[in-house]
Amino acid sequence: MITRILSRLLQAIPTLAGVAVLVFVLVRVVPGDPVAMMIPPGADADVVARLYAQYGLDKPILTQFVIWAGQALHGDFGMSISLRQGVTGLIFSRLPATLELVAFAATLAVLLGGALAVFGTRYAGRAGEAVVDGLTGFILSVPDFLWGLAFIVGFGVLLPLFPISGRNDPSYSLGLASDFILTESFLRLRWGVTADILAHMTMPAVALALPLAAMIARVLKSSLAEQMAQDYALLSRVKGFSRWHVIVAEALRNAAIPTVSLTGVQVTFLVGGTVLIEKIFSYPGIGSLAIDAVVNRDLPLIQGLILTFAVLFILINLLLDFSYALLDPRLRHG
Amino acid sequence: MSEAALTIKNLSAGIARGPMLLHGVSLSVAAGEVHGLVGMSGAGKSMVGRCVLGILPAKVAITGGSIRFAGQELVGMAERQRRRIGAGMALIPQDPLSALNPSRRIVSQMTDVMRLRLGISPTEAAARALALLHEVHIRDPQSVLRRYPHELSGGMRQRVLIATAFACEPKLIVADEPTTALDVTVQKQILRLIRDLQRSHGTALLFVTHDLGVVAKICNSVTVLNAGRIVEQAPVAEIFGQPRHPYTRALFAATPRYDQPGGAVG
Repeated sequence: MITRILSRLLQAIPTLAGVAVLVFVLVRVVPGDPVAMMIPPGADADVVARLYAQYGLDKPILTQFVIWAGQALHGDFGMSISLRQGVTGLIFSRLPATLELVAFAATLAVLLGGALAVFGTRYAGRAGEAVVDGLTGFILSVPDFLWGLAFIVGFGVLLPLFPISGRNDPSYSLGLASDFILTESFLRLRWGVTADILAHMTMPAVALALPLAAMIARVLKSSLAEQMAQDYALLSRVKGFSRWHVIVAEALRNAAIPTVSLTGVQVTFLVGGTVLIEKIFSYPGIGSLAIDAVVNRDLPLIQGLILTFAVLFILINLLLDFSYALLDPRLRHG
Repeated sequence: MSEAALTIKNLSAGIARGPMLLHGVSLSVAAGEVHGLVGMSGAGKSMVGRCVLGILPAKVAITGGSIRFAGQELVGMAERQRRRIGAGMALIPQDPLSALNPSRRIVSQMTDVMRLRLGISPTEAAARALALLHEVHIRDPQSVLRRYPHELSGGMRQRVLIATAFACEPKLIVADEPTTALDVTVQKQILRLIRDLQRSHGTALLFVTHDLGVVAKICNSVTVLNAGRIVEQAPVAEIFGQPRHPYTRALFAATPRYDQPGGAVG
């Protein structure tokens, strides 16, 4: 098991190196100039030249890359041009917000998708199944950012149930040690703060979760149908268990295995989805940071953020791989 | 003839807005008797078993007739009550691989039914499961209980399922082609095991099979089904002595005879 984890981590190194090279070259080849974004039009050519030199942009791409990669290996991803702060510190201060949002959204998606699939399976061939199918089809046909905008209009403005922006109520100071404010406030039993943070997270998280939930519901429902046709499910009903029991206690775990492999990839789209959703809800995570970085042509920040996303994708896929062994005893001794 | 454990009268079933699968099937299984239900694939023999057990596929429904078990009419009974009556029934399924849940240990798959039906504690149920595994001649039952289905051979899995079927002392067991998925040497042992247990527990058995050789070994009486209709019904000795219906004779002709080399159908 440990050797498998290590070998997977080793495999990740060339992937990350490839991503680094690709991003480094891409952001320099596409039109757009970070220095032009900083200074008013018609500025002195001397000032421009000095700024280029200051950020090392006057050197050839290869030299720039060697310098950047050398520093990156020491954990230093340079200075953000637009925010004038270290990229590493900036990312680490905003990453917890995104991780908590993604974790909350993924949990919601699994719960909602699972509930829909179980309900649709219980009422297979009846009206209940048709409702589930219609609902998942509708949810899937609307992208996450549209759900976000719809929620702002619906539950932020017309029926103001939830705050529409930010991560917490700014009117009081949190006084927390880490940036994982949801987790920390919960562990410190300051549940008033936790509730406030959850209220802020609800709309962006639901917007992110809905398409994933619908995808999970579809895949899980069809693999549940497959499992319910197996003899063990029939036998369990002969033993005297209710349909609900057979679905939840017998079939669900076996149906989860193909569902994890088919929808697991979608979780990485969830991370990608944070970029737009965080911007819409002014949520201070790395997604909204990424949009600002792109708008300002902040090359070091873009590079650092994309590598962060790449690491997240790799870690999520690794976790998914190992969850199979947890679900399927046949894979444990292999 | 002793009192019937199961009486089916004029049972009809079909697919909703589709073809009929069973046309007025009647049969009765006396207490402690083995009744064979024979026919080709698609003859509806398994469907009869599923009607009795109350596990019809979603689109299939009973359209008429009666199934009486333990003095009660099962056709039209509410599902909740039906589940309670089901305590007196059990199933030995066809495919021992798919009839065990791959992600649950043997012990939990054997004891769940005892805890539900007999209301006994997990410890008591585990002790009873151990005794049952002894009864079906499984070696080292203690370790088998802890294993997952994929760690057992086909024959062992079928023994586990047979043990589970007898766990709550049912009055009636439906055996749905219990030896079809096994290889020939194991088939014989499993068949003998089922017959021995059936005799010692005094259980009535509805034995669904397409194999007349199996019928001769284990059954007291036979119903021959073709396309959802009964074509012949008689005690085993009679039907093997002189099959009346042409379809039964055709079934006999199609059965390989192991005592006549070269006479077998390929």
